[in-house]
Amino acid sequence: MTEAKPAPAAAPARGKMKVELSDHFKTYKDVWVFIELERGQVHPVSWELLGEGRKLANKLGVELAGVVMGAPGDSADAAVAGAYEYGADLVYTIQDPLLADYRNEPFARGMTDLVNTYKPEILLLGATTLGRDLAGTVATTLKTGLTADCTEMAIDDDRSMGATRPTFGGSLLCTIYTLNVRPQMATIRPRVMSMPDREAGRTGRLVVHSLGMQEDSIVTKILNYIPDASKEDAHLAYADVVVAGGMGLGKPENFKLVKELASVLGAEYGGSRPLVQKGWIESARQIGQTGKTIRPRLYIAAGISGAIQHRVGVEGADMILAINTDPNAPIFDFAHQGIVGDALTVLPALTETFRRHLAQKRAAE
Amino acid sequence: MHIVVCIKQVPDSAQIRVHPVTNTIMRQGVPTIINPYDLFSLEEALRLRDKFGGKVTVLTMGPPMADTSLRKALSMGADAAVLLSDRCFAGSDTLATSYALASAIAKITETEPVGMVFCGKQTIDGDTAQVGPGIAKRLELNQLTYVERIDAVDETARKITVERRAEGGVQVLSTSLPCLITMLEGTNVVRRGTMEDMLRAARTEIPMWSAAKAGITDTALCGLKGSPTVVKKVFAPPPRKEKAKQIDVTGKTADDIAAATLNALFAADARLEETLFRQAGH
Amino acid sequence: MEKFDAIVVGAGPSGNAASYTLAKAGLKVLQVERGEYSGSKNVQGAILYAKSLEKIIPNFREDAPLERHIVEQRLWMMDDKSHCGTHYRSDAFNEELPNRYTIIRAQFDKWFNRQVQEAGALVVCETTVTELARDASGKVIGIKTDRDDQIVYADVVIMADGVNSLVGQRSGLRKEIKPEHAALAVKEMHFLPREVLEQRFNVKDNEGVAIEALGTVTMGLMGTAFLYTNGESLSVGIGCLVSDFRDHGTSPYVMLERFKKHPSIAPLIEGSEVKEYAAHLIPEGGFNAIPKVHGDGWLIVGDSGQFVNAMHREGSNLAMETGRMAAETVIALKTEGKAPTEANLARYRKALEDSFVMKDLKKYRKLPEIVHKNRQFFTTYPELMSKAAETWFRVDGVDKLQKEKEIFRTFRNGRTLRGLIGDAVKIARAWR
Repeated sequence: MTEAKPAPAAAPARGKMKVELSDHFKTYKDVWVFIELERGQVHPVSWELLGEGRKLANKLGVELAGVVMGAPGDSADAAVAGAYEYGADLVYTIQDPLLADYRNEPFARGMTDLVNTYKPEILLLGATTLGRDLAGTVATTLKTGLTADCTEMAIDDDRSMGATRPTFGGSLLCTIYTLNVRPQMATIRPRVMSMPDREAGRTGRLVVHSLGMQEDSIVTKILNYIPDASKEDAHLAYADVVVAGGMGLGKPENFKLVKELASVLGAEYGGSRPLVQKGWIESARQIGQTGKTIRPRLYIAAGISGAIQHRVGVEGADMILAINTDPNAPIFDFAHQGIVGDALTVLPALTETFRRHLAQKRAAE
Repeated sequence: MHIVVCIKQVPDSAQIRVHPVTNTIMRQGVPTIINPYDLFSLEEALRLRDKFGGKVTVLTMGPPMADTSLRKALSMGADAAVLLSDRCFAGSDTLATSYALASAIAKITETEPVGMVFCGKQTIDGDTAQVGPGIAKRLELNQLTYVERIDAVDETARKITVERRAEGGVQVLSTSLPCLITMLEGTNVVRRGTMEDMLRAARTEIPMWSAAKAGITDTALCGLKGSPTVVKKVFAPPPRKEKAKQIDVTGKTADDIAAATLNALFAADARLEETLFRQAGH
Repeated sequence: MEKFDAIVVGAGPSGNAASYTLAKAGLKVLQVERGEYSGSKNVQGAILYAKSLEKIIPNFREDAPLERHIVEQRLWMMDDKSHCGTHYRSDAFNEELPNRYTIIRAQFDKWFNRQVQEAGALVVCETTVTELARDASGKVIGIKTDRDDQIVYADVVIMADGVNSLVGQRSGLRKEIKPEHAALAVKEMHFLPREVLEQRFNVKDNEGVAIEALGTVTMGLMGTAFLYTNGESLSVGIGCLVSDFRDHGTSPYVMLERFKKHPSIAPLIEGSEVKEYAAHLIPEGGFNAIPKVHGDGWLIVGDSGQFVNAMHREGSNLAMETGRMAAETVIALKTEGKAPTEANLARYRKALEDSFVMKDLKKYRKLPEIVHKNRQFFTTYPELMSKAAETWFRVDGVDKLQKEKEIFRTFRNGRTLRGLIGDAVKIARAWR
């Protein structure tokens, strides 16, 4: 929660602000991860958060819990089982037909109830449309702090959680603490954390809670659900190879050079924020803090300068190849391989060379 | 219907600068704009007003200079504006911000009942997406985030039907008024005011509300004091130890560079070639 | 659509000066600006000449965003390796009401325009005036904008829309600026910590330094370079005639890089971070390039009227002066109940001629042409000067008389005696 913070005059000025927790909040223990179950599927970000939650719980010497909310049935059971296998020691679950599809009211009520009853010190949610919708309501109800889109979380000596996130449009990072209220809430975007290993057959305790609501008391009704017809961009976050372009391409027409290389590599394509803002590509193709976070094996960035907001979205890539005319472009600070050159000439050459190379290899098979 | 649209004046992130030495944000000279996400909500509110009649009031919390953003919203067609500005709001996090804005909306409602509140999906400087839901919770408004389309509004029955973006699909939701809506980007194109609008906007007196004027009696809930979160550290990310290995480009043709690049990539990561081969296969 | 006493097109220094003066006198004023706000098109550092602003807002120092007052002026002639020239520094410039300040235009213009609004003028931004509306007699009666087809009426329209004055051109008030009458200037902002900057330039508090340079750095093109100290940054730039860039096929960016790498400049900007970059046109045609500045229902002020003294690098003060004088003319006519006809508005031209604005421009009216035809002032002389200084200051066993002779010989070889005398005459003529 950094919305309206003024920039501190000197960076570490607020370091001494420590507040003793009240006795009430001292009883808050454990790390919770909200397991996002929508339309029968658990969003992978929930497993990624269990991996991260595990580290926090170990550091604190407490238990890691998953929270599964949904309609009773196989998918809820599978979500509970999955939570154990990805590292949860216990699962709190509310299963009620009213929770079949996500709606703010019953989910926020259920979540708030659970927190007030079982008192976690940390609550993590995926920064998806669902997670963000829910987290804002829950945090406001509990009057606690919520840090959005964290890229890193760490436990201090005094057991408080420092949540780091990009700030000021992604030009800097900041570390945020929730001082005297619990739980400390944070949302984390998909793919920011790596997927933990799944330990098949691992199990844990189950705590069942009831929702205690009637359909009549819920104002908002779901009339229909229209699944997306095309999911062509849905794979961007999970793609093994991604090619992206930035303002260095000069003109919207030149974006086709990115698409051509992507096509030869069987890769997904995307672009930096300015391209989306200028309407060169659709927003679902935006790569970076406010777009998609990616963790591919190979990421090729053409004509992208590499602002922090972009950097945090691609840092998980195993190999970053950057092409930029400016040898001082920040992208060369975090890319693995660099080409100082004009993307407009380098991209077609790369496309052709990859095409030839892969064709030769195919012929040799 | 009376609609309140919450907007925020933000530094144009495309032009934001970090002080190279102190690593602090240099706001000097950085132009401010209306948070771009807010404009989709403003336009949607204006369309509803044009269709059903009523009034659109734009509301912002910020320094006195934020009146320029309100005036801009007026020039786009909003009917009235309120600037919520008080020293006690300084340092507000999203919880304190939603408290201040919700208080102001409650105050507006005392004289002119508000049927709908619009907020941007998120801001480009905070990117939290928390203030909208926070206001909804505080005012017990039915919350509709990431709305792609407003299908129907029935003023007499006080019902609204919208299409809301969810992961992997669209929910068609119906709920009752009053409600709070955040619009998804790209769902409309904000209008450009006429010269008449411009003159009206330039002339409009924008009331500046202090915390007290907004009906806030407990300033402990505002600003730094009312914010459970605290920013302890602002910093530039540490540079990676090694910079990118540069492919030698001096005097080379693009094809030579491409060939050298492939060699370098495959030398650095032996399994990459296999990955690419598999990838390109399908 | 409604009618105003005056419409001012543009919100730079001249437009703001005009609008403020008119509004303060109680006239109903509309100011129309193309950019997002006043100053949005102008992100760079510049010099503010206090006197011209004092005449409009006497107590401007109380809250205007000023960077540093200038206590030291350096004029440098540069060859590739050296500079020689003058430094003038005086504690007299540390006066209560300093004479010159460095400013950052984006902030200053924004501030100035706020004063305009507080004085009561209506300011409309993000609106481009597409043309002047005229009645059957050709008299200007208002403006049309890109927002709709409506005419906004006014008794008089003041054109303060900058060097290109697209409205002026489109409306036939003036012609397109000639490439040889405009300089293209590129500027950068280099950020430095305050302490480092003050140490490097030997200043304290809000003292500042201005450096103007000419010489081989412009590669024979007609132009000058500069470096100003702001609070925590340096404005570094260079400008040359557009026609020269065209004819020599070089770019201002190349030239700025040269300037920054010059051994006299590089240490001053070392370790700074470049944060902003901008290019803009400066009208440098001087007196002879000034178009007709008034007509039936219209006036031209500032850069739009080519009011720039290239020799002394004065522009923003002339902009404010002309803006104020135009406004005062309109106010006087209004008070006297006279219509703003071409004949009545001729008072503006008269006021200009009676002031330093026209007197200065007239004084240097031959300068652009003379310098244009005599590139040696930008190439040969700086090199000769440098060579002379080097010979003079190097202690190497050669006797001083010998050195004097050698210096004179170098000059004669470089320029011939005839050339030297001719150049002296030219300079004298340009100066007169």
